[in-house]
Amino acid sequence: MGLLSKKDSKLILDPLADDNPITIQVLGICSALAITAELKASIVMAISVLFVLGIGNVVISLMRNIIPSKIRIIVQLVVVAALVIIVDLVLKAFAYELSKTLSVFVGLIITNCIIMGRFEAFALANSPWRSFLDGIGNAAGYGVILIIVGFFRELLGSGTLLGFPVLGNPIPGELSGLYALGYENNGFMLLSPMALIVVGIIIWIQRSRNKALIED
Amino acid sequence: MEHIELFFKSIFIDNMVFATFLGMCSYLAVSKKVTTAVGLGAAVIFVLAITVPLNWLLDQYLLQPGALAWIDDSTNGEGFSGMDLSFLSFIMFIATIATMVQLVEIVVEKFSPSLYNSLGIFLPLIAVNCAILGGSLFMQSREIPSLGLATTYGVGSGIGWFLAILAIAAIREKIRYSNVPAPLRGLGITFIITGLMAIGFMSFGGMLTGGDEEVKEEKTVLVQKEEIEAKKSITSEEEQKEELANNTLKEEE
Repeated sequence: MGLLSKKDSKLILDPLADDNPITIQVLGICSALAITAELKASIVMAISVLFVLGIGNVVISLMRNIIPSKIRIIVQLVVVAALVIIVDLVLKAFAYELSKTLSVFVGLIITNCIIMGRFEAFALANSPWRSFLDGIGNAAGYGVILIIVGFFRELLGSGTLLGFPVLGNPIPGELSGLYALGYENNGFMLLSPMALIVVGIIIWIQRSRNKALIED
Repeated sequence: MEHIELFFKSIFIDNMVFATFLGMCSYLAVSKKVTTAVGLGAAVIFVLAITVPLNWLLDQYLLQPGALAWIDDSTNGEGFSGMDLSFLSFIMFIATIATMVQLVEIVVEKFSPSLYNSLGIFLPLIAVNCAILGGSLFMQSREIPSLGLATTYGVGSGIGWFLAILAIAAIREKIRYSNVPAPLRGLGITFIITGLMAIGFMSFGGMLTGGDEEVKEEKTVLVQKEEIEAKKSITSEEEQKEELANNTLKEEE
């Protein structure tokens, strides 16, 4: 970490746990829940947000002294929209199936509260390098939750990880692994309400480990 | 009939909050008191009812592939009908929405300063409420056929969102007096309640079609997955059999 001072590395590490955008700041929930039925989609979403938030924070930070504060939201939206269009076109070109699965949720990165929240709270008041670190840190904190939720939903819901069967073969007649012992997939995990409950449980675990985070 | 069906479908079956998780940020942040929740919900209905039809017109006459055909006149041979501007839809939609929100903000500030004060920071944040952009994007991806239906869809989705935030705000006002485990207090229990409410809302799935439609959709998703997996397994067999042919395939990919 020779490159980063202590203060700078705090910018990256804090959002990963104690200042997590999803479980503590309550930002960017929408996309976190809707696309986490598969681990692969969660990972791609996390990378997309990492790209948009990292670059976007730098751009906004560079322009922070010339944006009139009355129209700053529109300026921010245009910057994000341009970056999201890039992500969308890249996904369509290199991972068409996946971009079908993500459908409108790539577009909804524009209105992901994490992005606007970090622009407002950090990039408008800090230098580009620090904004970049803050963007990367927050996007990583968001990605971590996304990947945890995606991991459990795919594992318990369809018995696979990234599409590979890890719990054995569920096809009747050629049962193997856990399925031979009578294990059944919990199809309910694939439905949307379970995403909320999984995030609720993550919050529960996190707050019982760190009492300082408990709300009154 | 079409309108009634779409109206109820967008309120209950495709409820913004419970089926697609749109607008969760403001849903969680502003649902501590019923009165503020009502104000924000009303603003969302209003903005959705205006932006969805507006964006429908934009989509239909500017953005879709071939949508610019109306510019062509017969005297000019080469025209705009071949153009596809759909990659601009994100920027166009969000610009429309941001403008409309600014307008709503001015109107609310003028006519109801108390509501304006209680909504505070969240009014400008309607512009970045996923529910608003989501309404327009779903309108586009579901290919809603007419302006009237687009308006119905916008109003319906808005009312669905309004119902959701009203319900959770009422529950949160009561739950303050309950003995919730300390780490779950506040955000955690709200998530879990929302999850349970979403399970409840899933039962509306059979309301319009007697339960057929939902099952069909799930089946097609499953079938598609199986097809993809089948394709994968076929290619892996081919890999073993015909290495040369597969190499060319890979290059093409």
